Amino acid sequence: MVVGKLRDAQADRVFHALADSTRRDILVRALDGQHSVSALARNYSMSVTAVQKHVAVLERAGLVSKHRHGREQLVRGNADTMHRAVELLEKLEAAWRGRIDRIGDLLTIDRNEGRKP
Amino acid sequence: MIATHVVKDPGHLTMTITAELDATVDRAWQLWADPRQLEQWWGPPGYPATFTTHDLTAGAHVSYFMTGPDGEQHHGWWKVQAVDPPTRLELQDGFGDSDGRPNPEMPTGLMVVTLTENEGGTLMAIESSFESLETMEKLLEMGQEEGMLEAIGQIEGILAARAPAS
Repeated sequence: MVVGKLRDAQADRVFHALADSTRRDILVRALDGQHSVSALARNYSMSVTAVQKHVAVLERAGLVSKHRHGREQLVRGNADTMHRAVELLEKLEAAWRGRIDRIGDLLTIDRNEGRKP
Repeated sequence: MIATHVVKDPGHLTMTITAELDATVDRAWQLWADPRQLEQWWGPPGYPATFTTHDLTAGAHVSYFMTGPDGEQHHGWWKVQAVDPPTRLELQDGFGDSDGRPNPEMPTGLMVVTLTENEGGTLMAIESSFESLETMEKLLEMGQEEGMLEAIGQIEGILAARAPAS
């Protein structure tokens, strides 16, 4: 179970980008489907310019990319970077499954020794 | 096998795992409240945990280290953010330096444990959340070996062998 590491400079940008709740929300929307900046901005009580800045931070971090569609620029989530988050959560899940198995063993020992579980 | 249910949210860097334990809530609480019991399940195979400070009162600090196969020690700590025995425990968790003191350079995560009575047993839910991908990456480094090391069968053997003495 090897989890790919982000390169340092890119890593800093990714963590900065994910540190803001609006940016995390934009990212979740952009992973579900592509949206124009103005469509994204309708979800927040801030200006299109402010949302544009958040998108730019996400773009520099490699979390989203922009694609021209007619006269519009559409924002799309970068699944590769998110894939790393998924891998890490899977690792966390494996660690907890191991712990829960060991808890099960402890509770079984209780019962075998006649202690009330 | 204990029935478990997992919800992962990569967009918000959270995971909740729920286990159906065949034990009362009070018994399940002891898994956390008794450091000698914690030591038997916290560390992954090959990395047993030793709790050196353990106090589950609000604001208190818990210190532990895990000893690896080459004898190297990995220090970790919890800060008890909130506690309501025997049903709820909210912990900030992080890494320590080689002396076991919290390392301010290292990221921390948040863990909320809830124990709920369920048909004579206990539902234990652990919600883990992280500020960033980097935080998660660093905090999970120590647990990386979990999936590769000894199989569960071997752990069962170890526990069964030491059961009569306990």
